[in-house]
Amino acid sequence: MADTLATPTGHRPRTGAASGADVTSVPGPASGPAIPATATTAAAGPVTPAREGARRGWRAAGARAALWLRRSLALALLAAAWELLPRTGAVDRVFVPPLSEVLTAWYDLLADGRLLEHFQASLVRSLAGFGLAIVLAIPLGLAIGWYRPVADFLSPVLELFRNTSAVALLPVFILIFGLGEPSKIIFVLYACAWPILLNTIGGVRTVEPLLIKSARSMGLGSLRLFRKVILPAAVPTVFTGIRLAGAYSILVLLFAEMVGAKAGLGYLIQDAQFSFRIPEMYAGIITISVLGLLFNLLLVSVERRFSTWRTSS
Amino acid sequence: MTIAGHRTASGEASPVTAVSIGVPRRTLVHTKIDVRAVGKTFQVRGADRPFTALEGVDLAVHEGEFLTLVGPSGCGKSTLLDLIGGLTAPSGGEILIDGRPVTGPGLDRGVVFQQYALFPWRTALANIEFGLEAKDVPRRERRALARHYIELVGLAGFEQRYPHELSGGMRQRIAIARSLAFDPDVLLMDEPFAALDAQTRESLQEELLRIWEKTGKTIVFITHGIDEAVYLGRRVAVMTSRPGRIKKVIEVAFGSREGDLRADPRFGEYRHEIWTLLRDEVAAAQEQERTLG
Repeated sequence: MADTLATPTGHRPRTGAASGADVTSVPGPASGPAIPATATTAAAGPVTPAREGARRGWRAAGARAALWLRRSLALALLAAAWELLPRTGAVDRVFVPPLSEVLTAWYDLLADGRLLEHFQASLVRSLAGFGLAIVLAIPLGLAIGWYRPVADFLSPVLELFRNTSAVALLPVFILIFGLGEPSKIIFVLYACAWPILLNTIGGVRTVEPLLIKSARSMGLGSLRLFRKVILPAAVPTVFTGIRLAGAYSILVLLFAEMVGAKAGLGYLIQDAQFSFRIPEMYAGIITISVLGLLFNLLLVSVERRFSTWRTSS
Repeated sequence: MTIAGHRTASGEASPVTAVSIGVPRRTLVHTKIDVRAVGKTFQVRGADRPFTALEGVDLAVHEGEFLTLVGPSGCGKSTLLDLIGGLTAPSGGEILIDGRPVTGPGLDRGVVFQQYALFPWRTALANIEFGLEAKDVPRRERRALARHYIELVGLAGFEQRYPHELSGGMRQRIAIARSLAFDPDVLLMDEPFAALDAQTRESLQEELLRIWEKTGKTIVFITHGIDEAVYLGRRVAVMTSRPGRIKKVIEVAFGSREGDLRADPRFGEYRHEIWTLLRDEVAAAQEQERTLG
C-alpha cells in the first residue's frame, strides 16, 4: 500500500471477524464522488454510517449485532455446557459444579467482602511489580540498545538470567525477602522485566537506518538523535513488551500466592480447593480470568493511543 | 565546448572560479561545491582487498546550478552524494563548500532520499518542522515556516496527515518541503522520483524546476533516467562504472524552455549523447557484476 492513498486506518482490526464488520459499514460505490479514502481517515468507523443516513446506520447496527452474536456464541455454548453437563450427571457435580452455583458462590464472596479483599491484595502486588518493571527495564533497555559498551558488559549476565525461570527463583526471593509482600512483588518484577527489556532493546536496535541517516544529514547530534528519532521510533515495540508484561504480572503472581500467602486470588483458589469449597475455587478462577482480560484490554487501548501513526499493514 | 568551472589538475584552491566561456548570461561563476580528486574505499568483510567505490572524482558545481548526475548502477553516485552531505568521509581528496572543507553533515545542505525517509510518528507538518527544530527555530516561527513550505509544495490541507496516510508523490513533496524549510544553500537529491509512477514523476519534476527557479538553490540530483537528467539538469555529469569517476559533464542549453521540452529535437540529441556515453559504462558495469558473481 506504500504508494497508494491509504485506506482508513487508526483502528487496526484485531481479528478476521472484526475486519469483516468493517467491510459491511464502508459506504458502497453509490456514496457520491470519489472522496479520497484518507478524507475520513481520522474518524474511520462509526462516523461513516452516520453520514450515510439513518437507514445505513440501522443496517450497520444490525451487522454489528450479528457480529456480536457470532462472537459470543462460543461463550454461550461453553456456559450452557458448564450448566447442563453437571446437572445431567455427565460430569461429577462435586468436582465441576454447575455454573449457576459458581456464580452464586461468586456473589456471596462479593457480598461478604472477601472477594474485594483478595482482589485488592492481588492487584496491588501485580501493579507494584509491573510498575517497577516498567520503571527499571525501559531505561536499562534503552541504554543497552543504544550504547554498545553497555550491551557488551551486560549481555552475558542478561543471557544467563533470561534463561532462568522466575519460578525457579521464587524460593530464592522468599529466602531473601521473606514470605511477605516484597518477595511477591520482586517475583512479579522479575517476570515482567524480561519482555519489556528485550522489546526495548529490540525497538532501539531496529530503528529504520534511513531515518537515522536522514536525521544525521540534518546535523543532529547523538543525544538529539536519540530523543527525536530513536525513542519515538521504539515506542510501539516497547509497548508490545509492556502488554506482554501485563499478562505475565497476573499469571506469575497467582503462582506466588499459591505457594505462600494469606491473601490474594491465588490464595483464595488454593484455600478453597484445600477446604473443598469447590464453587468458590471456580469463582476465584473466573475472577482472575476477567481481571487478566480487562488488564489486557486496557493496555491494548493505551498502546493504540501511542501508536496511531503505525501503518495498518 | 568548454566545461565551465571544471578544474584542471593544477587548479588553484580558489573558491571562485571565474569562467565565462560557454556559460550564457553569466559573467562570474561562483563554485558552490568543489569535489577534488575524491576517492572512497570500503573495507568489505571476507575480502582481502578494499572495495573502491570512487576514484579521482573531480566536479565543480556552480552556485544556484541544477546539476544532474547519471551513471550505471553501482558506480558510486549515492556514495558521492553521501560524501557531499558529510555523512561519510572521503578516503582521499577533499570536498569544499564555499571554499571550506566538509567535515560533517550540516544544515547548509539538505538531503532528499529516494525512500522519502519521513518520520512516521510525525504529521506532515511536524516532519517539515524537524530540520527547524534541529536549527533551534522558535516554535511559533517554525509553525509558520512549515505552513509556508507545505503550501509551496502544494499540500496545504494535509498538515495533520501522517506519512502512511499520504501517497508516494505526496510523501516526496513533504520530504522536499522538509529539506527546503531549514533553508539550505544546497539540495542533494538521491533518485528522489525513482519510486514514483510516470505521471507523478513528471508533475514533481516540473514542480521541482519551479521551486528551483523560485528559491535559487544549488541542486545536485542523482538519477538513472537519461530523460530526467536532460529535462532537469542545466548540466549533466556522466559517471563511469566502478570505480566511479566523472566521465564528462555536458551542458544542456535550450534556446527556450517554454513548451514541451521533450519534443525539442535538441532534447533527443542530448539524450543520445548521454546514452552513448553511458552505453559502454553500463556494459562494463555488467561485466564487473558477472566476474564478481
